[in-house]
Amino acid sequence: MPSLLFCGPKLAACGIVLSIWGVIMLSMLGIFFSAKSAVLIEDVPFTEEDIRDDKNPPQKIYGLYNQVGINCFIAAAIYVGVGAVSLCQVRLNKRQEYMVT
Amino acid sequence: MSSLFRSEEMCLVQLFFQTESAHNCISELGHLGLVQFKDLNPGVAAFQRRFVKEVKKCEEMERILRYLEKEMVKSNIVIAATKEKEMVPCARDVLELESTFEKLEQELREINRNHAALRQNLIELMDIDSLLRMTEDFFEEAESLLTYSEPPSEDSVSMTVSSHITSRRNSNSSTSGALHLSFIAGVIKQERFPAFEKVLWRLFHGNFVLRHTEMQATEELQAVRGAVKKDVFIIFVQGDHVREKIRKVCEGFRASLYSCPKTLYERKQMSNSVMTQMEDLRMILRRTEEYRAGVLTRAAEHVQEWGSKVKKMKAIYYTLNLCNIDITQKLIVAEIWCPVSDLTLVQSALIKGSEQSGSSVTPVLNRIQTQQTPPTFNRTNTFTEGFQAIIDAYGVGTYLEINPAPYTIVTFPFLFAVMFGDCGHGLVMTLFAVWVISQAESLRKWKNELTDVVIGGRYIILLMGMFSIYTGLIYNDCFSKSFNIFGSSWCVRPMFHAHGPWQNETLHEYHHLQLNPFVPGVYSGDPYVFGIDPVWNIASNKLSFLNSFKMKMSVILGVSHMLFGVALSLVNFVHFRKFQDIFLQFVPQLIFMLSLFGYLIFLILYKWCITLRSETAPSILLLFINMMLFDYQSEHVLLYRGQKGVQIFLVLTAVLMVPVLLLVKPFLIYRTRMKTRHQVFRNNLNDQHGTDTRSSYSQHQKDEMVSMGDIFVYQAIHTIEFCLGCISNTTSYLRLWALSLAHAELSEVLWRMVLQVGLKISSGMGSLMLVVLFAAFAVLTVTVLLIMEGLSAFLHALRLHWVEFQNKFYEGSGYKFTPLSFDSLLKTQQ
Repeated sequence: MPSLLFCGPKLAACGIVLSIWGVIMLSMLGIFFSAKSAVLIEDVPFTEEDIRDDKNPPQKIYGLYNQVGINCFIAAAIYVGVGAVSLCQVRLNKRQEYMVT
Repeated sequence: MSSLFRSEEMCLVQLFFQTESAHNCISELGHLGLVQFKDLNPGVAAFQRRFVKEVKKCEEMERILRYLEKEMVKSNIVIAATKEKEMVPCARDVLELESTFEKLEQELREINRNHAALRQNLIELMDIDSLLRMTEDFFEEAESLLTYSEPPSEDSVSMTVSSHITSRRNSNSSTSGALHLSFIAGVIKQERFPAFEKVLWRLFHGNFVLRHTEMQATEELQAVRGAVKKDVFIIFVQGDHVREKIRKVCEGFRASLYSCPKTLYERKQMSNSVMTQMEDLRMILRRTEEYRAGVLTRAAEHVQEWGSKVKKMKAIYYTLNLCNIDITQKLIVAEIWCPVSDLTLVQSALIKGSEQSGSSVTPVLNRIQTQQTPPTFNRTNTFTEGFQAIIDAYGVGTYLEINPAPYTIVTFPFLFAVMFGDCGHGLVMTLFAVWVISQAESLRKWKNELTDVVIGGRYIILLMGMFSIYTGLIYNDCFSKSFNIFGSSWCVRPMFHAHGPWQNETLHEYHHLQLNPFVPGVYSGDPYVFGIDPVWNIASNKLSFLNSFKMKMSVILGVSHMLFGVALSLVNFVHFRKFQDIFLQFVPQLIFMLSLFGYLIFLILYKWCITLRSETAPSILLLFINMMLFDYQSEHVLLYRGQKGVQIFLVLTAVLMVPVLLLVKPFLIYRTRMKTRHQVFRNNLNDQHGTDTRSSYSQHQKDEMVSMGDIFVYQAIHTIEFCLGCISNTTSYLRLWALSLAHAELSEVLWRMVLQVGLKISSGMGSLMLVVLFAAFAVLTVTVLLIMEGLSAFLHALRLHWVEFQNKFYEGSGYKFTPLSFDSLLKTQQ
């Protein structure tokens, strides 16, 4: 089996830090979007028509909020994957270090 | 009691100890790390001191150690770290160490020389080997041409030549006559080959044949010689004269020439012998390398220990150079500065040292009084070290002056946090600092200057991060978004139809609408519990509110900081018993500051507390300016009744303080001088034979070296600096506002331009884009907002401390206590 190692120890460590930050921050953002926080209104992609043509007033905007929230959760899940890959790389790097010395 | 509040009281002590016990005593003192040796021979040049030979010997040993370490690093041998404290060797051990070192160095140099020579031989043999192999091809080519060709024709020079060669070999079959052909074979660097060829053509006009191929770069070749590409060439010429010329050309191009035998059989034999020679050489090289590795490994076990021993020896000899040696050569006299509270420790260390050396006489400590200023010693631990370092970077405190470090532990991170205030960034900074603190020892091994700075300041960064989280909560700012924990005090619904002025059409007409707090229900009446209301985050006039708030806050913080500095000067005056200065300097300064800038703070706080209509509220800046200009026109709105009288009184008081600061102190000095001069004259007149009075008169004359003019000028400078400085320093504190505004805006731009783009994509690819954009957001946050803004805020907070705070009370004209300490010596060298 060819070597699965494709990044050095520093890049793998950065990957782990970035994924931990990404998981925490994106999942919190997802929670806040699902709770329909007003402070995040500017991050929701609504247009004039959404407000004007809404039959049932805030439901369309709420729907958009939920959509963005789900996007954030999916991104957090992707970062879990990135974190797992980085963890493997860190372990492989450590093993290679032992084998060389 | 030692504390960080003030520098320690130091005493000058004379030490007498015997020459035999000198080494052990000084080494014990070095391990203790609490005494600073004074130079008793200041006029002596470095090469004239007593122990200069020994110091040179130590330096020579250090040089050998460095050479050894370099060799070890080259051969990838691990240097073992020492664990326990070694004893310092005495003079005999020094000789032993010295001889060990010299032997090691000689051995290593010899091994290296042999190795280099052997390697050179191997390269040559390899060249010959590949030469033989390549030219084999040429000769074969010549032979094959002869076998398959007709009797030679005149068209190709090569055919003619090759037939001549074979004619030489077979000793007759050519028709063109037996010309005496010879050849030269050699190896040349590939990059030089084109020029070589050109020169040969120009010289001989093509009366030669040149064949060349690139030498195959086998792995072994590369390991031995490196990645230099070489070509094998062979030149066929006729005539010896030409041969000599070619040889000279080859020498010029630094091509190595090898004699190549002419017959196939001889070549085969040569090839075989070269092979065996190469095998032998390779084995010898391997053995040499193994031997070298063995020597180095054995040395590697001790090299650290030796290194620290040599450093300690050098330090001891250097210290001995500072002492005085008695006439009888048996007694050494040293003068040391040491903290008063540690005298017993020093004594016990000396006794231990003299016991170790087996001398019968215990060293004598003799405390002496002196007029010289002792060094400044602040006892710090790992936590306070960093803060003391940033104070000392500006100026080491005068002896027994008050130390600003304990207050800096709180005010410095706080002022930093006011400029940096963001919960999220503060959290990242705190986590980074916690990681550095936990990994401090292993990070020190990197030996990079930058990491050393970060490790030295790890507690400062930790505090900066924690305070930033706090101010982030107050500014309600986390990666540029606000938290709504307690429920906002503003509500939009009451602005609509039933109670308020807005209709459905208002929303369609206007792009910006203003919430009117006087409409009932819009503003709940109670401000947000902790920090800035989250509604401001989505308001478009957020900056008008925040700017006013932050500017006023900066002025309040600045004036408080400076008043604290002035109060510290009171403590200094009390300690140094300059009671006159309290009334002539501290009190006027305090009154000046309070009456002008203290009143400004009062205005700010008062205006915040009362209810005003925003259309008619007076601007504090205009109020202040009019107060200074005594400009009270009737249409100006004032904040409270009686304001005019209060303000006039305060300005007049402040103005009165200026001549007090400027003139009173010099006048008093002048008067005391006049009085003493009159006294001395009167005494002189009374008793003519008073040698005492004459000497006291000359003493007074010496005191009057500082002339009255100088005193007046010094006082004038001080007054102007303080009074004008009050205004400029207060304005300088506005950088607290400026940097926090910059940070908030950068943070918002980063969110809007980077992360929001990913959030606003509603299609399926949204999450993938979000992943990529979040990575970019994280990298930019760390580099721009944390590192760049962090450094900037650090620098500005430092400047505020060094200039605006410390020039109210800090003199900073001392010199630092640098004890003889083996721990710090070894740490810095590592």
